[in-house]
Amino acid sequence: MNTFIAGLRAEITKLFTTRMWWVLAIVLFAYIALLAGGLGALFGAITTGKITSSGETPHFGTLAPLVYSFATSVGYVFPVLLGALVTTGEFKHQTLTPTFLANPRRSQVLAAKGVASLGVGAVYGVVALVASVGAGAIALTIFGVDTTLGDSDTWALVGRAILAMALWAAIGVGLGVVIPSQVGAIITVLAFTQFVEPLLRLAASFSDATASIGKYLPGAASDGLVGSSFFTISSPGAGVLEWWQGGLVLLAYAVVLTIIGHFISWRRDVT
Amino acid sequence: MATGVPIEFDSVTKRFGDIEAVSELSFSVEPGKVTGFLGPNGAGKTTTLRMLLGLVQPTSGTATIGGSRYAELENPLATVGSALEAASFTPGRTARNHLRVYAQAARLDASLVPAALEKVGLADYADRRVAGYSLGMRQRLGLAFALLGDPGVLVLDEPINGLDPEGIKWIRTFLRELAAEGRTILVSSHLLSEVQQSVDEVVIIAKGRLVHRGDLADLDPAGNQQVVVDSPDREALEAALKAAQLTYTELRGGFLVSGAEAAEVGHVAFAAGVEVSALHKQKSGLEETFLHLVGEGGSL
Ligand SMILES: Nc1ncnc2c1ncn2[C@@H]1O[C@H](COP(=O)(O)OP(=O)(O)O)[C@@H](O)[C@H]1O
Ligand SMILES: [Mg+2]
Repeated sequence: MNTFIAGLRAEITKLFTTRMWWVLAIVLFAYIALLAGGLGALFGAITTGKITSSGETPHFGTLAPLVYSFATSVGYVFPVLLGALVTTGEFKHQTLTPTFLANPRRSQVLAAKGVASLGVGAVYGVVALVASVGAGAIALTIFGVDTTLGDSDTWALVGRAILAMALWAAIGVGLGVVIPSQVGAIITVLAFTQFVEPLLRLAASFSDATASIGKYLPGAASDGLVGSSFFTISSPGAGVLEWWQGGLVLLAYAVVLTIIGHFISWRRDVT
Repeated sequence: MATGVPIEFDSVTKRFGDIEAVSELSFSVEPGKVTGFLGPNGAGKTTTLRMLLGLVQPTSGTATIGGSRYAELENPLATVGSALEAASFTPGRTARNHLRVYAQAARLDASLVPAALEKVGLADYADRRVAGYSLGMRQRLGLAFALLGDPGVLVLDEPINGLDPEGIKWIRTFLRELAAEGRTILVSSHLLSEVQQSVDEVVIIAKGRLVHRGDLADLDPAGNQQVVVDSPDREALEAALKAAQLTYTELRGGFLVSGAEAAEVGHVAFAAGVEVSALHKQKSGLEETFLHLVGEGGSL
């Protein structure tokens, strides 16, 4: 057996032999189900006129994909956290020692970690989409809004969303080697995803010139890949990438961060 | 089992910024023996072993195992097993899963995991999370990791730290057995007394430099260790020592017993029902030489 495949197996075993992955998965599920169900019901009530909002009647285009995309537009922080936590954990618990003793080819180990995280990220994608499509479709049905579950477009969106979640986990691994301090990495993930990036995207959407840059921000690229998001709808001035472009941009973030991290922390002395 | 191969250090030097942790260190370690790697805290033992294992990049010089650098080994865990000072576990993972991860990474057979746990006496606790382990159990798990690939070379950094007296006895016997099978065993310690009963040879370093290399006996002009013992009932104690065929001389403050450990002398007195008022080890010639060599309490 090839040493890379062996390393991949070991990294997958690492991910699934502590409680972290399923604790995060449960929180992810509950959070997305609540959000998709709740906001699905609210938007459903508004579009069907059961609640009258002041001012213009909101036009949300097709409501269903928007509700389903909460899985990624809100849930993406979970695979990032998982990727960052497992990577920084190697530094925190000094498990780099046995890891590099078992396979001294360090760049191979790091690559295996990134690829393994794609797998667990995809699992998170499935969890989040079961939550958003499940709770969202129920809410929409109650208000008589088309769930679009018969459309192939909806399932294409689901597939792209799973891919996005997988890529976000790999970005988390890259971030974890760039910022090996666990606390530092968690703060960075939360601050960037919840605060810095939304503000940057909003700011970028005010002019065409900045919008053409803003669409390359990771969250924007992710929305581009998935093809729908409350963010793109709420700030229509922001440009959007084609789905495949968005995917490549996310992949580029993962690869570039991982390579930088390799030089910053991964190949250093383990003392 | 893989056959024991020699370990070779060829003028390895490691600098951390301004600190020269290891300086031009050269020595080799032969199979079939237990070699003690001694030096006070901060002498550079851990750094030296980490350089051997490819975890720390030497500033200059090379360290090899059977002629290969660690990174070049075809099957590292089946060639060299190592347990390093720092406990390296993910607390939330069980011991069995901990070993499974590295067995998979090193392409070892899965059946080696329960075998290693069995060898170190952790089989009954294997499915508990390591977070709940005592220091002694963690040391044993570290040793299980070292033994995982049934390697011909073992490198252990301060394996005795944190072990209970029973564990210490067990590891000494165990290391002797492994050496008798022809393996190469390198064990570090900052205390001579910890390893003096279980090593055949010693390598002593101080401040990153080699200060002594050779048989343990070379260090000890007096040749044996001595214990001072006293009792309110001197006559009964003397009779007990005599009955146990121990060599002793009478001092003003009790008896000086040669060639026995304190525990042994204490047991003799206890078995004879003699009350003991003093029992302690006399600093041996070995220990004095050691301390002198490493520049502690001496003038090096
Ligand atoms: N990562 C590091 N950075 C700076 N200095 C270090 C590092 N690791 C070890 N040292 C220094 O190197 C010297 C030798 O340390 P070490 O190899 O741990 O000694 P020992 O294991 O014999 O106690 C010490 O002075 C220690 O402070
Ligand atoms: Mg040390």
